[in-house]
Amino acid sequence: MSNIIDLKLFELVEKIKKKEISSTEVTKAFIDRSQKSKKLNSYITENFENALQKAKKFDEKPDFNKKLPGIPLAVKDLFCTKNIRTTAGSKILENFIPTYESTVTQNILNEGGIIIGKLNCDEFAMGSSNETSFFGNVQNPISENLVPGGSSGGSSSALAAKLTPATIGTDTGGSIRQPASFTGTVGLKPTYGSCSRYGIVAFASSLDQAGPMTHNVKDCALMLEVISSYDNKDSTSVDFKRGPYLKDLNENIKGKKIGIPKQYRVDGMPKEMDELWKKGMKIIQDNGGEIIEINLPNTNYALPTYYIVAPAEASSNLARYDGVKYGFRSKGENLIDMYEKTRSEGFGDEVKRRIMIGTYVLSSGYYDAYYLKAQKVRRLIKNDFDQAYKKVDAILTPSTPSSAFKIGEKTNDPVSMYLNDIFTVPINLAGLPAISIPAGHDKAGYPLGLQVIGKAFDEQNILNIAYSIEKNINFKNNINDWWIN
Amino acid sequence: MDKLSEENKEYLIKRNTNEYEVVIGLEVHAQVLSESKLFSTSPTKFGSEPNTQVSLVDAAFPGMLPVINEFCIKQAIKTGIGLNAKINKKSIFDRKNYFYADLPQGYQISQYKNPIVGEGTVTLDLPNGEKKIGIERLHLEQDAGKSIHDIDPNNTLVDLNRSGVALMEIVSKPDLRSLDEVNSYIKKLRSIMRYLGTCDGNMQEGSLRADVNVSVRKKGSKELGTRCEIKNVNSIKFMQMAIDYEANRQVDVIEEGGSIDQETRLFDTKKNETRSMRSKEDAHDYRYFPDPDLLPLELDENFINDIKKNIPELPDEKKKRFIEKFKLSPYEANILVSDIDTSKYFEEVSKNSDVKLATNWITGELFALLNEKNLEITESPISSKNLAKLINLIKKGTISGKIAKTIFVIMSDGDKDPEKIVEEKGLKQQSDPKELEKIIDKIISENPKNVGLYKSGKDKLFGFFVGQVMKSSGGKANPQLVNEILKKKLN
Repeated sequence: MSNIIDLKLFELVEKIKKKEISSTEVTKAFIDRSQKSKKLNSYITENFENALQKAKKFDEKPDFNKKLPGIPLAVKDLFCTKNIRTTAGSKILENFIPTYESTVTQNILNEGGIIIGKLNCDEFAMGSSNETSFFGNVQNPISENLVPGGSSGGSSSALAAKLTPATIGTDTGGSIRQPASFTGTVGLKPTYGSCSRYGIVAFASSLDQAGPMTHNVKDCALMLEVISSYDNKDSTSVDFKRGPYLKDLNENIKGKKIGIPKQYRVDGMPKEMDELWKKGMKIIQDNGGEIIEINLPNTNYALPTYYIVAPAEASSNLARYDGVKYGFRSKGENLIDMYEKTRSEGFGDEVKRRIMIGTYVLSSGYYDAYYLKAQKVRRLIKNDFDQAYKKVDAILTPSTPSSAFKIGEKTNDPVSMYLNDIFTVPINLAGLPAISIPAGHDKAGYPLGLQVIGKAFDEQNILNIAYSIEKNINFKNNINDWWIN
Repeated sequence: MDKLSEENKEYLIKRNTNEYEVVIGLEVHAQVLSESKLFSTSPTKFGSEPNTQVSLVDAAFPGMLPVINEFCIKQAIKTGIGLNAKINKKSIFDRKNYFYADLPQGYQISQYKNPIVGEGTVTLDLPNGEKKIGIERLHLEQDAGKSIHDIDPNNTLVDLNRSGVALMEIVSKPDLRSLDEVNSYIKKLRSIMRYLGTCDGNMQEGSLRADVNVSVRKKGSKELGTRCEIKNVNSIKFMQMAIDYEANRQVDVIEEGGSIDQETRLFDTKKNETRSMRSKEDAHDYRYFPDPDLLPLELDENFINDIKKNIPELPDEKKKRFIEKFKLSPYEANILVSDIDTSKYFEEVSKNSDVKLATNWITGELFALLNEKNLEITESPISSKNLAKLINLIKKGTISGKIAKTIFVIMSDGDKDPEKIVEEKGLKQQSDPKELEKIIDKIISENPKNVGLYKSGKDKLFGFFVGQVMKSSGGKANPQLVNEILKKKLN
């Protein structure tokens, strides 16, 4: 039998169901590897002992009808987990232990999953490199001192390094797809309203979505099936027919019309990226799909729009971290002084920067020029996609304009950092589903990803297209376990 | 203030040779009558132990989301219908951002540009006739918690029981012109909401509070003066005191050649004065924006119609009906409809007895009794059923009005059945002409001198004979019959 950690999620599920391996063996294997991989700093909080107990319990009384029977999983530390510390990567929640479970993690538990730990992320999911985390940088297992992407950087790192067989992240402007792309893994951002936001520490409510991060498309379909659910505790949750994504997964894309937006050809994009994109188009054509050039004229406005809408919502969402009820509190002379000290010391620079931007764009006198205008442009961006989908079934683009960069390379240049999200933010603004799949490498040998964007609630379609590309592209991640002595 | 509340008298402030009109608008905060909060399932019971009615949503824990309470929406629509107002099919919940210790989210969810209810009117019943007051809007919002500064000498304590409770903010147009109109407006609003069951109107428990906007202008001027807003006044009396103080303050400023600064003021109930809280320049920038956790509220026509169908008869209609059907005077009708419980009591009594007598007995004896004992009509010591019985005893001639008053006093001690009282105490009216004739004959024969004087023209002595008969019968003689028989015998 091959090494447990090298097995795909669906293989682990099969083997546990066939009683070839036990939940305890699987859980132990991933915990052992996690313990050897502290150098990556993927975890913020480990739940190893508790997870092993749960695994033993599962083995004593196994339920093989579950979709994740006794499967250990580490999750992004943005999901509130009952009795397990939840920090959102921030000092302000350094010691916060929720008494409640997010709907998404509850769905995982309901299907037999076991939480082995909470994974590092940018503070309040604000970042593209995991460098804004209060709990330190995360290493990309691809190469030392390379960022794993962000904000779900701990998730992408842990997944690529095989510390967890699959994971979940959240994606507000690309925070699942960009780190997936940087680590040679698969990441799906579902349609807004597919996964409940209940119990997820909010960054930008109108954009936030949870989604799976996996080694392959099949695992991704399985995870989506588990975590996506209608939830009346989230008013923006949508009651639509979901899945069965795994059962309906197939690589037949015959007759599918795939759009190529010309606006996604940007200056300075590495040659390899452009080649990969063409390779993707060719695979689609070779498998009976049709490539159609489309126009998304407002693409250029997506990034500035996003950097108004997201900070605006964040500035308000983060007001609750005030030192009064829970979390970090600094002593002050009076209430205002306490607020100022608590928030000055509790939040990191990037979070403060975004709170300030958000507060500014909502201020009286500026609201119309910024926030209101951004909302109008957001509508136009959505209209662009609506128009395009009259002609095509899905859209194919690169996931990011470049591959992973070095730790520290962009920390002093926030705008250059924000540009990383140029291909991913329009999708969040339009509320659409999109999947990033690994497609090749740049000349440094770092992974590059392709993004398939779908119509709202059409996750099955993009999974199928991604599945077809995956089968034909033969991507192999080059990871040599450099961090293990 | 009593000087000012004389009937029909204009509320004008005189200084030197100038007369100033006072312009008032009210923003009433009415707590929605609902078992649970606006965006959470926590209970709303008043007077519970601190922080016992708080959910994770109310305390704004990470990842918690608001979910709208449909019942509160219905209550707001009902109230809107009661205010003859436009119900907006699409409304939006916004976040009003500010920091305070008893505001756990760091923002209040409210409605800013798109309220659930638009323009409407409330009709006031004033001594000199009706007056219509415009309603600008009604919107739903969350209440904040309560900061308690006087329990711990070093700390402020926070009670979040009220955090997230649904409030309706009802904004009037600046149509009010006097303290009496303010009194009448608040009472009318309260009455309408109590009829609808959308707010209990309990001012002591803070279910009804108001921000008061006051400005003054020279009599005859059409332009509005600069207004000041007096925050959070919780009784009609304090509203009137605050307005009177504030209006006079503004007139003094203008008379001294100054101008009014638009500002928010606080009313100090102990010193009876308003104080500046913050100027327009220091006004909070609340950074309102649509709450992304909540979708726009879209109402179906049928949803609104279903609510409309179930609106009970409201005070204005009831008043009209009482006047037309029961031939009550507008004054009487007003008194009987202004409070829903009074109107219910009246209808129960009048349905089973006589309308005119019911009106008189309720507005007379019963109100006096309630007033004396400081009771609400729902706590009346005499049930509507027994009052109706009493009235029927009068109506049938079983007892006289005078005896009825005696019985009423006995009834008030433990809601005793008047029929039983009549029986037990033998208070039944003597209406048998033969029996009465016997008494009358006896009185006449015992008083020959007075009979002579009466017959020689001293008409006033008739009262003497009636009195004697009543006395002799122990007050039970039917006064009408006594009159008739006496007249016959003496003439």
